[in-house]
Amino acid sequence: MKTRSMKAHLTRRYMFSASHRLHSDEMSEEENRVTYGKCNNPYGHGHNYMLEVTVSGPVDDQTGMVCNLFDLDGFVHKQILERYDHQNLNLLSEFAKSVPTTENLCIAIYDIVKRAFGKAHLEKVRIEETMMNSFEYCGENGR
Amino acid sequence: MEVTVKGAVDPKSGFVVDLKQLKDVMSREVLDALDHRFLNKEVPEFLSKIPTTENLAIAIWQRLAPKLNQAQLHRVRIYETLDLFVDFYGEDFHGES
Repeated sequence: MKTRSMKAHLTRRYMFSASHRLHSDEMSEEENRVTYGKCNNPYGHGHNYMLEVTVSGPVDDQTGMVCNLFDLDGFVHKQILERYDHQNLNLLSEFAKSVPTTENLCIAIYDIVKRAFGKAHLEKVRIEETMMNSFEYCGENGR
Repeated sequence: MEVTVKGAVDPKSGFVVDLKQLKDVMSREVLDALDHRFLNKEVPEFLSKIPTTENLAIAIWQRLAPKLNQAQLHRVRIYETLDLFVDFYGEDFHGES
């Protein structure tokens, strides 16, 4: 008898630290100051980002898992944390033409995971920038 | 573990669910069977399945969903550690695995 596959979501949390300065080349100095306030200060500031990656899929009959945590952890450490931890986000190529807000960081991380992690379906990337604010991205057709 | 229920807000009580009732159902159907148990040997679901957190979330859903009459079960979330959790929404998997 074939057992029915159930779909579950698995979420893993990771930490990394990085700095950024919110400044858009499309705005004047004054507009930047008004829009971004302290976050526009010339030398930037840092955050301890808390990243959540949510994947989903059928719970495998044999293993009882959605995906092997070693695979997900290995991927995120190599492709995400090594890329972003202790970096100045403004200097990275993905932010050459966009402002490294946490919204854009969510999208950048989502795109990397979506493109290269094949072991489960990516549902969501969520980032807590501070204890008081968080952002999430579920893809262009997301919720 | 987090259990999320949903439903219409009762106009008289202002509740989605009577929390006392939910707590009773939780205790009887889930906690009594699982708390302080060796999942592999003492919980019938895991005589034939691996007690991963995914399967635990599914087992709790299956114990709970049929016993709720006032509200509908929306999500079972289980934190295995502070940085790892599983959500189950009662969904079957459709499509390529």
